[in-house]
Formats: sequence, C-alpha cells, structure tokens
Amino acid sequence: MILAARGLSVTFNGGVRAVDGVDLDLPAGEILALVGESGCGKTTLARTLLGLEKPSSGSVSFDGQPLSYSSKALKHFRSQVQMVQQDPLGALNPRHTVYDAVAEGLRVQKVRGDEAALVADALARAGLRPPERFFLRYPQELSGGQRQRVVIAGALVLNPRVLIADEPVSSLDASVRGEILSLLLSLRNELGLTVLVVTHDLGLAWNISDRVSVMYLGRIVETGPTAEVLTNPQHPYTKALLSVVPDISRTQPTVLAGEPPDSARIPKGCRFHPRCPVVMDECQTTSLPILQPTIGHVAACLRHSPSDQR
Amino acid sequence: MTLLQFDDVSVNYASSEGAVPAVRGVCLSLDAGQTLGIAGESGCGKTTLASTVLRLLPPSAEVRGAVLVNGADVLTMNWGELRAVRWSQAAIVFQGALHALNPVQRIGDQIAEPIRLHEQVSRKQVDARVAELLNQVGLPATRAKAYPHQLAGGQRQRVMIAMALACKPDLIIADEPTTALDVMVQAQVLDLLSGLVKDLGMGMMLISHDLGVLGTTCDRIAVMYAGQIIESGPALEIFDNPKHPYTRALAAAFPRIGDPSARYAPAGLPGDPPFPDDLPSGCAFHPRCPIAVAACIESAPALIEVAPGRMAACFRVEP
Repeated sequence: MILAARGLSVTFNGGVRAVDGVDLDLPAGEILALVGESGCGKTTLARTLLGLEKPSSGSVSFDGQPLSYSSKALKHFRSQVQMVQQDPLGALNPRHTVYDAVAEGLRVQKVRGDEAALVADALARAGLRPPERFFLRYPQELSGGQRQRVVIAGALVLNPRVLIADEPVSSLDASVRGEILSLLLSLRNELGLTVLVVTHDLGLAWNISDRVSVMYLGRIVETGPTAEVLTNPQHPYTKALLSVVPDISRTQPTVLAGEPPDSARIPKGCRFHPRCPVVMDECQTTSLPILQPTIGHVAACLRHSPSDQR
Repeated sequence: MTLLQFDDVSVNYASSEGAVPAVRGVCLSLDAGQTLGIAGESGCGKTTLASTVLRLLPPSAEVRGAVLVNGADVLTMNWGELRAVRWSQAAIVFQGALHALNPVQRIGDQIAEPIRLHEQVSRKQVDARVAELLNQVGLPATRAKAYPHQLAGGQRQRVMIAMALACKPDLIIADEPTTALDVMVQAQVLDLLSGLVKDLGMGMMLISHDLGVLGTTCDRIAVMYAGQIIESGPALEIFDNPKHPYTRALAAAFPRIGDPSARYAPAGLPGDPPFPDDLPSGCAFHPRCPIAVAACIESAPALIEVAPGRMAACFRVEP
C-alpha cells in the first residue's frame, strides 16, 4: 500500500467528528474516488492523508511507514504526496506568473537542478505546450481549463508518487472537464501515479476511477470496484445518491429529505438511519463496525448480510 | 398568449475595443405551464439573455430586438411599466444564494421586501404571506427569523425561490439554481421548482450547464454557444439524441453511469469556449468541432429545422 489509514479519526473543536473511524488502502497505481455530500468529511480525510491535519486517533502510513508529524518528515512526505486543489483561480496567486506558481514547490523543497527545465517539463506533462509560452502569463490571462492544468503542473513538478485531487473539475466548464479527467487518467497510465479523487460527482468516478469509497458522516459506508459499486450499490445511501444523478432513463429517484447531517451530532446506531428509506428497528441501536479494507465490494448496512461480501 | 418571447434579440457590450457581441440573434418562446431550458457554458451569453427579460443589464449593454413578456416589449417600456413587470410578472432566482442574500437581515424581512414594495398590505398580511411562501418552498414558517448564515445551502436556495414567488409572478427565471449544491439537495430544489411550475401554472426558464438537469426538468431545451442558439427541441429528444456536435459533447461530458463506453474514457472537447470579443470566423464552434469541414470556416450555418420540432445550426446535420 502506498498510502493507508487505520482507525482514523479527526475531531475539531466543539466535538465535531469530521472523520470518525476510517480504514482506507490506496495501492500504488490506483485511482480511487472518494465520494459523498459536502460535510461528509471527505475533504478532511484527504487533508489528513496529506498530513495537513493531525488525526485525533488512528494513523496514516506511507509506504508502510507510519507518518511522522515532525516538520522535516512532513516536508519529505509532501514531496511525494501532492495536492491538486479545487477552484484553480483561488488556488493560484494572481500576482505570481505561471512559472513562479509551478516553481514554488521546487524552491520550498530546495530541489537542485535546472529549474526552468523542470518547470517546462511539468507544464508539458500537464498538457500546456509549448510550456515556454506560458512561463510569464498570469492566472487571469488563462482559461479555466488552463488554470487547472497549471495547478496540476505545480503538483507534478516534484515528481510525486501520489496526487490527491479535491473536486478537480467541479469549477470547470462541461466541455473542458473531459480533457482534465483524461489528463489524470494518462498521468496514471503513463507515469504510474496513484490518484485519490475527492468528489461529489459520480459521473467523474464512473469516468476514471478503479475503485469507489462512499463516505457518510465521517465513515466509509461502501467501498468496492467502481463498476460494481455504481451499477449494483448495496448501501441505501449509495443507492439514493445514484438515483438522483440526472438521467432520464432512471426510475423514480429516491430524494432524501433534509440537508447533509451535522457531524457535531452523529446519530446512535447506524449513522444513516434517520434518513434511511429502508430503516429497521435495530438500525437505531446497533452500531456498525468500521469497514475493513478489501479488494472486494463491501457495505456497512445491517440489511447487507456479510454472506454477500466477497 | 405566449408568456415570454425573444424576438431576434442581440446584446452588445461596449468596450474600449468596440462592441462585444454577447448574444447574437436569439429567437425563443415559452408558454405558461412550460419549462424552457437554456444550456451552455460560461461566457456563452445565457445569463445575459436572461437578464434582458427584466432589463437588468448595465447601461453599456446595447440590446436589440424585442423581449415580450405577456405580449408587451420590456425593452421599450417606461420605468413604471418595467417596475410592474419586475417581480409581479417575472422574477429571477440567481445562482449563489449566499452572495445574493443580505447577511445582516432576517430572511423573513428579505422575502417581505418585494411584497411591501409592490403591494399595499398591512404588517399582519405580510407576515402571513411570508409564512405561506416559506411553506410553499418547504421551510417551516419559524425560519423567517433566521439569518442567512444560519441556513444550509439548500435552504438558502429555497429562500431565494420564496423571494421570487413573493409577488406571484407568471414567469420565473432560474439561473443555475443548483450549481453550488450537492446532488441530493440539487434533486430537492429541482423537485420543488418543477412542482411549483405545475401547481401554480407558471412558466420557467431554467439555465444550466448540465444537460442532464435540463433533460429531466424541462419541456424544451435551447443550447447556446458563443451567443447563439445552435440547437433546440424537446428536452428528452435533445438529451437522448443530440444532433449538433457541441450538444453531443455536452451530453457526453456527464456520462451515464453504467455506460461501458464511458469507462476510462472521459469525453471532452479540445480548447476552450471562445471569448465574445474574439469569435472565430464562420461557425463559431469550428475550431473545437470534431467533424468540421472547409465550409464551416467560411460561413456560419443558419438555425434550420432538421427534424419535426428540432432545430440545429450545423452544416453536417442532415435535415
């Protein structure tokens, strides 16, 4: 496993349990989509995997070694595991040129070598060709898709082994989105990068991911190969999420009432039971164990009997 | 009578380098009880087009053609007539409810504002009307005392819809009403809007970049690119069987889950949408078009009927 989490919890002030018991395995060369509504803890989980948040319990390990939170160890770790932020306009400093934006990682990490050549190489790999033409441009002179490529180039310049991308296409135009997703796919296929994509977009997961983990209120509630989870969902939450993806061929959508729930008040028993359309009495009292990482397809639901699990 | 009609509407923005065409010769109509979807990407002119209905554009925008609401041209109205149209005949639900609401005013007072402005009513009647509106959009009447920051994203969008309904308009224009929302909340808001159109017999113009949202919510769809309508027709047909190569790309951008051909094959177009001040020659879509021919570079195809009820502007689409 290149990146793994065991029993991971992150609690913020006031008892907000943003991540509340997550086991996760990310094998090298895999594209994993972490999906869920806003407030489900997916961004906090991603930030914890990046070492940006310290877990309140549990651990993150990289290459089998538990993550150390000394600043020196973190600096090395971050050259290997890079983040691609959502909203490229917000992620780029408007007063830095493309060259400075991409070279920043090299400067922070004090990488020796030909800086201009490394920056040009990263821009080219992110699909901005010829790279020299972009060196002196400012973010506001670029289109949305080009800006997202600059952000990706900034992550690639350090030759990381893992990319963690938080909603990489949610702020892009529909026709540009496919090109950025193709880029992530080709980075995996050609450079062997491991990619964790955090998204609420199930179409994105269907487009590029090998596996999907569905998160609800700080826990992973279903995980498995993308084709299985998205065409044969087991957890009622996954079923509901899939049913509301706009698609005319689908039958009656299951629209769950209410807003995404509050991670300061996690319900007892199954955390999904207050919104579950197929809730049973025991769901209100029986809490479910943390889903164990597996290569198969599993769901944390009392109705999903363990005999179905492979 | 047709509720809303765009008659050869063009909008030019004045800039230091001359007129920038944002909308170019749009003809569309919408009947009461119907929902018209406008699809397109940022910069294609869809919000500019919607803004002409209430004359919300800045003075630097030059609008030509006619925009008829209930048969009267809003472009030639005097101030008093226009004021009557705003809210009481047509209302807009803007995108980004967090920024559109006043953060230091209770939502009940914000919903009441258009009622007080447009109708002579007592305080008590206003309160009753606000409670009724909140119920209509699925919020408890007690939420009238809440401030915007105390509401979740979907609830704020519901408040925006309640404001638009305040003076019982015939026409509601929803500009990307669900863009910043989660899928589940998006489904709730779309359900609410569709229900209102059905129950109150209003007409709705729904603007979105997501063809899936429009396909499931609207009766008809018009697709815009670079300020022009490039395809229009019944929503389900456009979603199921798009004719114009741009519409096909938009439809493929959000894959159907379960479609094996979309696995590991995200679909997109090369390049970016053009800027209105730098439009390509001929068909504005030709630099990104996978099936462009020489004629596309030289002249722009007209929007013609390509099948019963279906219009498309493309040389490569056979009538």
